[in-house]
Amino acid sequence: MASAPRYWRENPSRYNMVGFKCNNCGKFYFPPRIICPLCHRKSVGKTEPVKMKGTGAIFSFTEVHEGMDEHNLQKPYILAMVELDEGAKVTGQVIDCDASDLSIGTKVRATLRKLSEEGSAGVIHYGYKFVPLRENGERPRDE
Amino acid sequence: MRRVAVIGVGITEFGELWDSSFRKLGIGAGLSAVSDAGIYSDQIEALFVGNMSAGRFIRQEHVAALIADYSGIARDNIPATRVEAAGASGGLALRQGLMAVASSLHDIVVVGGAEKMTDVSDVESSMIQSSAADQEWETELGATFSGLHALMATRHMHDYGTTREQLADVAVKNHRHGALNPKAQFRREINRNVVLRSPMVASPLRVFDCAPSSDGAAAVVLCPLDMAKKFTDSPIEIVGSGQASDSLGLHHRKDICTMGATRAATQRALKMAGLSQKDVDVAEVHDNYTISEIIAIEDLGFFPKGEGGKATEEGLTSLDGDVAVNTSGGLKARGDPIGATGVAQAVEIVSQLRGKADKRQVKDADVGLTQNVGGTGATVVVHLFRRV
Repeated sequence: MASAPRYWRENPSRYNMVGFKCNNCGKFYFPPRIICPLCHRKSVGKTEPVKMKGTGAIFSFTEVHEGMDEHNLQKPYILAMVELDEGAKVTGQVIDCDASDLSIGTKVRATLRKLSEEGSAGVIHYGYKFVPLRENGERPRDE
Repeated sequence: MRRVAVIGVGITEFGELWDSSFRKLGIGAGLSAVSDAGIYSDQIEALFVGNMSAGRFIRQEHVAALIADYSGIARDNIPATRVEAAGASGGLALRQGLMAVASSLHDIVVVGGAEKMTDVSDVESSMIQSSAADQEWETELGATFSGLHALMATRHMHDYGTTREQLADVAVKNHRHGALNPKAQFRREINRNVVLRSPMVASPLRVFDCAPSSDGAAAVVLCPLDMAKKFTDSPIEIVGSGQASDSLGLHHRKDICTMGATRAATQRALKMAGLSQKDVDVAEVHDNYTISEIIAIEDLGFFPKGEGGKATEEGLTSLDGDVAVNTSGGLKARGDPIGATGVAQAVEIVSQLRGKADKRQVKDADVGLTQNVGGTGATVVVHLFRRV
């Protein structure tokens, strides 16, 4: 298991979806980057952390049955690539629904959830997962 | 730049080889390549070893020195270098060896690839494989290596109408080829139903859509083409080499149904060789998942984007097809000891071009291609080989 700082230093982005905007070209990135891959050195000093709205649409998805120890408790779980409204794509789980409720294009919203834990007494890691939105913008299952 | 030939090839059996250690596998492949070339160890000037993750699979780093030691060439203090690019480690090691000979830095070079995967549990093996993706922003958020390929498959089916059955046809074909390869991990033919009824891994991908965990090693001996006739009557020239990179994370790609790195590496290799896709008779491509082969044969330019599934279903990639793809059985049936895979691909192509591939021989094979992928496409290495 990795050290606590490895998780702690990424918390702003994992908890609040803080991404990265390049003010040289105006493009948004999530996960955050260190320099803009389009503007290279010209972006140095011209970037700022920006909180993503957390809303977007499913670009692709799968139901994961095998292959990941730390997520065994939730097996099977839905993994998706979500295209955020800002244009960046992000990988994360989709919860509070069945795979049959989803299709490419389904609108989703980010929410803070537990990602994994280090044994029964260890550090718990939190981060974003996605929930589907109904057409009226509400979540389907937690009313 | 000097022209470079392969003068010897060697490969171990691939599989769950409980009685074989990493070093035994590495030495086994190296010895058979050196014997095949008819050279002695004091003629070897440098060694390159492709290996992804011995540190996690067997808790041993510094594996190039280990292989040099146990093959007896460390006594001569020759340079031994480990090369790592996840699944593309073997192909990249071959490229390093090629550059060393082409540049006149060395004359005779051995390139090996090895991985010992089955000393860890299946779950541990999966997690090591997923470290080829972005640990911070893919794996940590729940992505598995198979899950990321499933995202490609879902989107490919959505955009191009690729069918679940066409994915199965890749595995069926590669098992059919593997059944003809005495070194293959799986030597049994299967049918569509075997694939479609196998347990789900990450929808739509099932167990039989995935390459296995394997132990194994492969090696080739390189030398300048103008020296090659001293060692063999059938040298095979490496006429093209292309390497390319792309974003580590799948979510940063322009298009998850296309590996931009495959396209770039292919263009570079073809340009260097002065060849086109139409010249390629036989190809070993990186089918770590069935969807990967469909995407590969499109990005290599054998078939238009979106038509890889249909081409497979129509048999165009079978032994007697337009371009024979994965005659060894591919990663799916021959096995995928990660660091060995790229070198094993070269071994198969050299055997084909020498006309020594026995029951799986492609008739009159003159030009062959290998495509070796690291991660979900962040590194791709393409090589072109030709009969001299």
